[in-house]
Amino acid sequence: MTISREDVEYVAALARLELTEQETQEYTEQLNSILGYAAMLERLDTSDVQPTAHAVPLHNVLREDQVKSSINHEKALRNAPDGEEGFFRVPKISLT
Amino acid sequence: MVVADKYEMVCGLEVHVELQTKTKIFCGCTTEFGGEQNTHVCPVCLGMPGALPVLNREVVNYAIKAGLALDCEIAEFSKFDRKNYFYPDLSKNYQTSQFDLPICIKGGLEIEVEGDKKWIGITRAHMEEDAGKLVHSGETITTSNESSVDYNRAGVPLLEIVSEPDMRSIPEVLAYLEKLVQILEYTEVSDCRLEQGSVRFDVNVSLRPIGATTLGTRTETKNLNSFSSVRRCMEYEVARQARVLEAGEKVVQETRTWDEGQGITLSLRSKEEAHDYRYFPEPDLVPLVIDREWVEKIRKTLPELPAARRARLQTLGLSAYDAGVITQAKDMADFFDAALSCGGDAKTLANWVMGDFTRLLNTNQCSVADSPISAKQLAELLTLIDKGTLSGKIAKSVLEQMYSTSKDPSRIVKEKGLAQISDEGALLGIIDGVIAANPQSVEDYRAGKDRAIGFLVGQIMKATKGQANPGLVNQLLKEKLSS
Repeated sequence: MTISREDVEYVAALARLELTEQETQEYTEQLNSILGYAAMLERLDTSDVQPTAHAVPLHNVLREDQVKSSINHEKALRNAPDGEEGFFRVPKISLT
Repeated sequence: MVVADKYEMVCGLEVHVELQTKTKIFCGCTTEFGGEQNTHVCPVCLGMPGALPVLNREVVNYAIKAGLALDCEIAEFSKFDRKNYFYPDLSKNYQTSQFDLPICIKGGLEIEVEGDKKWIGITRAHMEEDAGKLVHSGETITTSNESSVDYNRAGVPLLEIVSEPDMRSIPEVLAYLEKLVQILEYTEVSDCRLEQGSVRFDVNVSLRPIGATTLGTRTETKNLNSFSSVRRCMEYEVARQARVLEAGEKVVQETRTWDEGQGITLSLRSKEEAHDYRYFPEPDLVPLVIDREWVEKIRKTLPELPAARRARLQTLGLSAYDAGVITQAKDMADFFDAALSCGGDAKTLANWVMGDFTRLLNTNQCSVADSPISAKQLAELLTLIDKGTLSGKIAKSVLEQMYSTSKDPSRIVKEKGLAQISDEGALLGIIDGVIAANPQSVEDYRAGKDRAIGFLVGQIMKATKGQANPGLVNQLLKEKLSS
């Protein structure tokens, strides 16, 4: 598979990244090279292999439904760039 | 439903239900509603770096239970995925949800609209975390310069139940929702408090020319929280799409929001790009394997579901309508069954439960669960009527006193001297007095005016403050008058 310029622009838009012309060019080449390398895997016959849902061979790691203490406002907001009256404050939300 | 004589409506629903666990889905924070902002939070539900989620076992139990009640298959293998989007209602820029391998698949439920039964398929039901709450500084998101976020609700477990696009009219949609919420209430996986946002609805609706087999372009209106909003939103959206199509334009596939105040839907964002959620498996959670044993253990905890309960009540002699009213809410059905287990006739009990008992609760805005009258006490009241101790009329007043005092009916009867007079000797004396005082009526009756006896019975009831046994009065009076 090949990654087109449009693919890169699309993914960048989804990630809210603004790329320069040069970056778009550069990432298109790099992504093609990375995915081209990974494409080696396609040569393997995986018809009898279950899809891997997780890298660790574990399942059903569960906890009991018991309340643990939460943290307070101050702790919760300590690393927040902005907050007021115990709320986190975020800038204008764009819906596009 | 036929719109403008040429379109058919097609609707599918996504219903988000908060599961009533004590703690959040991936951390030990409480799920309690309310609470000061950002006090039910921890590094996990705030998405702090390095914090690791661990799945709550009870969430899985509830999801299995709801799935079984909705006739779903429970997937032997399921997993969680990240749904990526930029919106500050979740702190991680993704929601932990289930994508391609949900816990419940291929279920459904039967609805009935105007006597027609119809099966509505449920595609899937999956577990996910709820988002936090945003408070905008302006009137709407777009006019606000900033927003405040409370993450208390972030991480509260949700079950998202996705229906097939099987509904063809607004009454079908409402019947599906009522049935769904009723089943969930019965299973007690959720408190189903709509006014608190415990259940929220996303409505997918499209129109297509009558006879068409492919679906038209749909819109999705998100986050409705009452049946009436769903109804009004659909009425609006169907009319809007019909206008668009009539004008020769195309419906745009998009997410819309319902403006309750204005009663209209508004475009929120275009679906094409914004809805590429780039799901991928959640690396912080391992897969879930549910064996038959686990499923069967949960199946044993399922209560008798509404349909089965209705059927059972009908075999006891209740009409389909009465059985439907009584089983509408589980609390009421439980009350009925508890009273019935004390003995007595099911039909009589049903009349009292649906009539005077419900009226008392409604007048006092009291729920069945908080009723000051216990099921056993209501059963006792009916036994007193059955034994002839109380007339039906006096029993109604006793019921009101039971409500205000929580006393047993037998005690009220004793304290107030309300027992019905069924003693022939005592009644005969009163009957003689009434006959003597009303010669005209006696004459009328003897002259063939049957109605005159009603007046005499009334006088006897009045003389006994309504406590005379009416059947016995009638019998004795007739004997006296014809002698």
